[in-house]
Amino acid sequence: MTGLLIIALVTLVPAAVAMALRNVIHSALLLILSWAGIAAFYFWAGAEFLAFSQVLVYVGAISMVVLFAVLLTRHTRTDGGVAPDTLGRALAGLLIGGAVLGVLFGAVLSTPLPIGSKPAAAVTVHGLGVELMERHTIALLVVGVLLTVALLGAVVLAASDSRSGPEDAR
Amino acid sequence: MILTPLHLCLLLSSALFCIGLIGALSRSSSILVLLGVELMLNAANLNFIAFWRYGPNPAAGTGVLFVLFSIAVAAAEAAVGLALVIAIYRHQRSIRLQDARRLKG
Repeated sequence: MTGLLIIALVTLVPAAVAMALRNVIHSALLLILSWAGIAAFYFWAGAEFLAFSQVLVYVGAISMVVLFAVLLTRHTRTDGGVAPDTLGRALAGLLIGGAVLGVLFGAVLSTPLPIGSKPAAAVTVHGLGVELMERHTIALLVVGVLLTVALLGAVVLAASDSRSGPEDAR
Repeated sequence: MILTPLHLCLLLSSALFCIGLIGALSRSSSILVLLGVELMLNAANLNFIAFWRYGPNPAAGTGVLFVLFSIAVAAAEAAVGLALVIAIYRHQRSIRLQDARRLKG
């Protein structure tokens, strides 16, 4: 139980601070910590393979892509981030988020849930592989095609247009 | 009223979802909005794992497989989203969402 509380602290506090900071680079670096906390949650829940994939995909890959995007879209060296639009918009977002939080907390706390004290059955990597290749083969193939198409599309979108001149391709 | 571990997991994931929601709604930097959406996706994954762990049949790896596919789709979404941010920046010289009102390139 204390482990879960520590994991919640490590996950929630950096995420909240990252969403409040003005500097986008600091936000991205704090979110890496938050994603690592989520990986710790997977580890705590007994899904070790997922914890490793979370570390590989989020902490390793997506954070690097985000940092590259932040660095590529800066005007100057000292340009830290984007100023918030209006106070009203921030307050409205805060209000809506708080309302959703209240509704969700109320719903969760008023629902009787099973104790579930039995230890988690170990789902081995071998078992996962057999599941993937036997029952979910189609889904695996579709995800492969989706990743290929999405990454090709990302390259096409982000590639600079050669017709628009060299001054536009920075 | 006793708080089971499943309750705590669900509270954690709903708090994370709301942090992502607030970020996606109130920030005007498009990269931060994308990161807020990523946080909401992660909160949904936490729910899958919580219900798999404390559900009636944790021996079947269905929850783990669902999150695995979800992580793969999230990676594709992040790549495409950040490519869109870079493309918008090239056209508008800004990543503020309020400046990106034109679809014509």
